[in-house]
Amino acid sequence: MTQGLREEGGRMDIYATELMGAKTYDVEGHYVGRVREFFVEPAEAPNRVSHYLLSRGSFQPLVAKHNQVASVVAGKMELNVSERALELYRPNESWLAVQKDLLDQQIIDTRGRKVVRVNDVDLTPFRTNGNVELRLTQVDVGLPGAVRRLLQGVVPYALVRKLQSKLPQSAIRWEFVNLVEPDPMRRVKLRISHEKLEDLHPADLAEIMEDLSAAERQGIIASLDEETAAAVLAELDERLTTQIVEKMDPEKAADILEEMAPDAAADLLADLSKETSEELLDEMPGQEADEVRELLEFDPATAGGMMNTDFAFVGEASTREEVLEWMRGQDLNFDQLDTIVLLDSAAQFSGTVPVARLLLAAGDQRMTELKMEPLLSVPGNADDKEVFEIFDKYNLRMLTVIDDENRPIGTITVDDVVSKLVNA
Amino acid sequence: MNWSAISEKFDRIRAGDTDFLKKIRGLRRRLTLLLAVVGPGLITSNVDNDAGGISVYTQAGAQYGYALLWSLIPMTIALYVTEEMCARMGVVTGKGLSDLIREEFGFRSTFFVMVTGFFVDLANVVAEFAGVAASMQIFGVSKYIAVPIAAMLVWILVIRGTYRQVEVIFLFACVLYLSYVFSAFLAKPDWLFAAKQTVLPNLKFESGYLLMLTGLVGTTIAPWQFFYLQAGFVEKKVGPRQYPQARADVLIGSISCMVIVFFIIVCTAATLYVSGHRDITDAAQAAQALIPLAGKWAGTLFAFGLLNASLFAASILPLSTAHVICEGLGFEAGLDHKFKEAPIFYWLYTILIVVGAGVVLLPNAPLWKILIFSQVGNGIWLPVVVIFILLLVNRRDLMGEYVNTITFNIVAWVTAIAMIGLTLVLTYTALFQQSAPPPS
Repeated sequence: MTQGLREEGGRMDIYATELMGAKTYDVEGHYVGRVREFFVEPAEAPNRVSHYLLSRGSFQPLVAKHNQVASVVAGKMELNVSERALELYRPNESWLAVQKDLLDQQIIDTRGRKVVRVNDVDLTPFRTNGNVELRLTQVDVGLPGAVRRLLQGVVPYALVRKLQSKLPQSAIRWEFVNLVEPDPMRRVKLRISHEKLEDLHPADLAEIMEDLSAAERQGIIASLDEETAAAVLAELDERLTTQIVEKMDPEKAADILEEMAPDAAADLLADLSKETSEELLDEMPGQEADEVRELLEFDPATAGGMMNTDFAFVGEASTREEVLEWMRGQDLNFDQLDTIVLLDSAAQFSGTVPVARLLLAAGDQRMTELKMEPLLSVPGNADDKEVFEIFDKYNLRMLTVIDDENRPIGTITVDDVVSKLVNA
Repeated sequence: MNWSAISEKFDRIRAGDTDFLKKIRGLRRRLTLLLAVVGPGLITSNVDNDAGGISVYTQAGAQYGYALLWSLIPMTIALYVTEEMCARMGVVTGKGLSDLIREEFGFRSTFFVMVTGFFVDLANVVAEFAGVAASMQIFGVSKYIAVPIAAMLVWILVIRGTYRQVEVIFLFACVLYLSYVFSAFLAKPDWLFAAKQTVLPNLKFESGYLLMLTGLVGTTIAPWQFFYLQAGFVEKKVGPRQYPQARADVLIGSISCMVIVFFIIVCTAATLYVSGHRDITDAAQAAQALIPLAGKWAGTLFAFGLLNASLFAASILPLSTAHVICEGLGFEAGLDHKFKEAPIFYWLYTILIVVGAGVVLLPNAPLWKILIFSQVGNGIWLPVVVIFILLLVNRRDLMGEYVNTITFNIVAWVTAIAMIGLTLVLTYTALFQQSAPPPS
């Protein structure tokens, strides 16, 4: 990320700070105006400067297209058409305005997985039959960009370049830049997709979102698919999660809640107002809503408040073969497969089998031979401190929660324990 | 899994939940919600009463008695109005003030605000450590011991603490301001007369009086407060749903600030003014003069109040400044980050403390000049920041339905113009009509 200037066929890169205010002359040598803004049209070409706004004092500003530019250097632009060929400027929502929408705004660096503020933009000229196109190559987020912005227009360009070349560079390539735009319609027009964001780990994305404004957070969650949104909301600070869910359309919020594990959904709903959480529970399909409602009845500082009601359970008499067949047919995620709960013939809790033992067992071995000793479980109203101690004492990765009739109602996994201990 | 059996059991538990329990839980929940939000408003307003501020209030009471008390109510309104706008912006946008200035007004404006702010705050930090030195001197401790210890305490508190821990300590310090209330009672003032003077405007057109008035305003309304307040609500992740609680916090803070000022002025008016000690020029002198007039406890409490205020402000001002600069330049900032995650933030804080304390320890520290300098700097800084705030809070694309109403706008603009006008007057006099430094 520390690339400096590059030379393209003898022509040097130019910075946005050097382009702004550049005096523009048409093909006949007449002065047309100064560059006050320049635009990218993402629907047409993702990083090409498509239009330049030229201001002419009290006259209406003109627009020069990318194929009307003959040459561009710091402070001066020459067109290859006459002034009469230029059109008047009309605002266009599908154009990204670099000065207004990019400079000084926050963007997401998908490679560095953080939020940064744009100080300056690097542009590379490309020669194509008779004209020069500028392409956005990098976004400058470091000190050199800040220095250039400060001295822009006050100190001659050559001197500024010399000063800032001594400073440590910090830039992000354009392909790793993810713009943040709260307005959904503008997002569509600017072709801002958050595909790259979906590749980030939810915990990284949650951390990025904490650095953004409320509206921007809302915008990102709205544009993610439900599964990713659920994973991110589970990792986000609960105060922010509450704000986001309250502002969201209830149907979409319910869809996201369905994708979450019931205990995560219950934690989220517990922080909302009674009316909002009831509204969302009503939108969810019956069985899942019931599961979450059960969990909401438990105090958060008890075993019931930490447990997940989604867990894998099989009869203790089944063989390894049968269990594997069954597992392949289920829609379980990896957390749930870590340890399997066993039920006896009376549907009561009879033990657990860690998946490692399952892996090493012979095909016809019964689960009852593979279960862990001693038989450990806690009731739903057990104190959270008691749960932590048991985890520590027996070096557990999972603990089963049972009801009064010794039936398993949920499991607590070690990540739940770590989460509670870190956020205490 | 037998869900019906389980859910039957739960239904029984739910039925047992009486209305009374529900009410208690509701109350507890609302209180927890309120406490989760309260903090920034209370702290910011009380830090207003820092060493510099207390000096001004002491002088006001000693030189003019109860005559300036009427200005407290208008000042409370001005303080509340401006702080409320910042709180609203922080809660609705989730962004700090310098972030917003950067995004809406560009790099150069932000840079100007930051640089001015840095130097004004640095001058104020020097004043705080001077306050520590002076108050500890009353207790018989040399400044060469007191100031370094104070600097280290303040530094450790912030470097090692999280936002929540630091906030709790600051809130505790706010309570300690009550020492001025006790001090005032011990001074046995004429309460009825004081009350009358608070309510009846009493504008005298003599230059000394007007100057004192502008000094009062200038010391009460300082731009760093707005940055700190807004950043506080952002760091606490307060959302629009808790806006009423945030507003309550700001209101309570503004009122409590002015209440303390009231008691300081009353205390010094009842003792120093009445007995003719009218040429007191700083708080430490005042504390010493109080001892023969109102008893040892009155003086001690007064000095203790000064120490508390100075330490408190010495912790907050560098913090706020570091925040402003980091936010504006795009560096990580905030107490919830570790040192490694936000190095520039913590380094800025450290430099401000070291230089601030260091200057006080110099043998012939030009403290008077530094005070003048900070007043002048404030005069440049305040108008710019207040106008930025007014412009930002009226932007519908930022604030949505939370923009200023017309009534609020009128009040806000009138307050702003009055504040700016008075501050410019103070700057002018500071620059061109400096009075000689007091004999020390």
